[in-house]
Amino acid sequence: MATDAGRAPTASEYIQHHLQNLTWGRHPDGHWGIAHGAEEAKEMGFWAIHLDSMFWSILLGSLFCFLFWRAAKKASTGVPTGFQNVCESLVEFVDDTVKDSFNGKSALVGPLALTIAVWIFLMNLMDLIPVDFLPEALLRWGGIEYQRVVPTTDVNVTMGMSLSVFALMIFYSIKVKGGKGFLAELTMQPFSSDNKIVQGILMPINFFLEIVALVSKPLSLGLRLFGNLYAGELIFILIALLPWYLQWSLSLPWAIFHILVIVLQAFIFMMLTVVYLNMAHEHH
Amino acid sequence: MNINLTLIGQAISFAMFVAFCMKFVWPPLIGALRERQATIAEGLAAAEQGAQAQEVAQAEAQQLVSDAKTQAAEIVSQAQRRGNEIVDEAKQQAVTESDRIRTSAQAEIDQEVVSARETLRTQVSSVAVAGAERILKREVDANSHAAVLDELIAKI
Repeated sequence: MATDAGRAPTASEYIQHHLQNLTWGRHPDGHWGIAHGAEEAKEMGFWAIHLDSMFWSILLGSLFCFLFWRAAKKASTGVPTGFQNVCESLVEFVDDTVKDSFNGKSALVGPLALTIAVWIFLMNLMDLIPVDFLPEALLRWGGIEYQRVVPTTDVNVTMGMSLSVFALMIFYSIKVKGGKGFLAELTMQPFSSDNKIVQGILMPINFFLEIVALVSKPLSLGLRLFGNLYAGELIFILIALLPWYLQWSLSLPWAIFHILVIVLQAFIFMMLTVVYLNMAHEHH
Repeated sequence: MNINLTLIGQAISFAMFVAFCMKFVWPPLIGALRERQATIAEGLAAAEQGAQAQEVAQAEAQQLVSDAKTQAAEIVSQAQRRGNEIVDEAKQQAVTESDRIRTSAQAEIDQEVVSARETLRTQVSSVAVAGAERILKREVDANSHAAVLDELIAKI
């Protein structure tokens, strides 16, 4: 840990250490490298990358792809067994959700929703690993100073996904309604008038309202997931400050409750993505 | 909370995973699911058809059984009637036969009576002659008194 040798970290140091990503980026003096401490990471600004978040998120995404790819290879019309059955149930569940909430026809929405649901679930699942296991192990045997193993507690990760969804929303809005139609959607409602002059006055108001509504979608999508998981992680870290023989009394109930949260948040992210894309496909 | 390149890195990996899922995961799985759904639907339809066919067959069988029952009842009643007829006929025959036998017996008896009477007549005439002979203490010429005797005999 990033403390002076021999001294145990204070509670606040412990928490801060746990909330610090392993950041690799450009130092203010121009050379690239790992940031030692929150200050250095902050100074790097935008040109830095969280190695831990990227590593775990790509690892878990690859795990998802590998598992489902294996299931897909074995997919047949016969009776499915074991993990095959789990994959098919998930796919069927996602497919039903998409069918219920998405009225258009798109080859993308189903796979997108499945990827989101399973990937986010796996990333959230990392939260149930006791907070000190992986960071301590990596520090002791890998010499890695900082480590956050739950990618969804990194706002970059959740916003990276929600902004991708946002890009898809814009793309489909323009593709389905055309550039003019999309602009009309932003400016001609909710207030409209037959009088051209009045309409002209209303347009900026409409535009402001609609832009706020539009931008709030990806923001709420990303920040909801981040907030829930960050809060959950923080509570686990706080519980870890208790004496070791008391920790179970709080961490166990919280972990059990958290099982609900991690599934729910993955589902909400998927569901809202489908709903937002459906809205992008609909004419008003 | 530093916003940095991780944002873009995550977006790129997201796009890659979605693309992978779209190409290698979703189509085969959803295809298999749809196919299985179709198979199951077919199976269910076939089962329903089978059940319907069974129902029809059952109704048919029931019809056959009830037909057979009516037929059997008819046959039984016919047989009963025939039996009654036979019994009646036999009775009739028996009555006729007994009548015939009685008549013939009667005729025989009558004949016997006639012949017995005949015999008696002849014997009576000889007894009368013998009586008269005794009474008259002399021989009576049977031939000369034949007319008297015949008259006597006829009176018996």
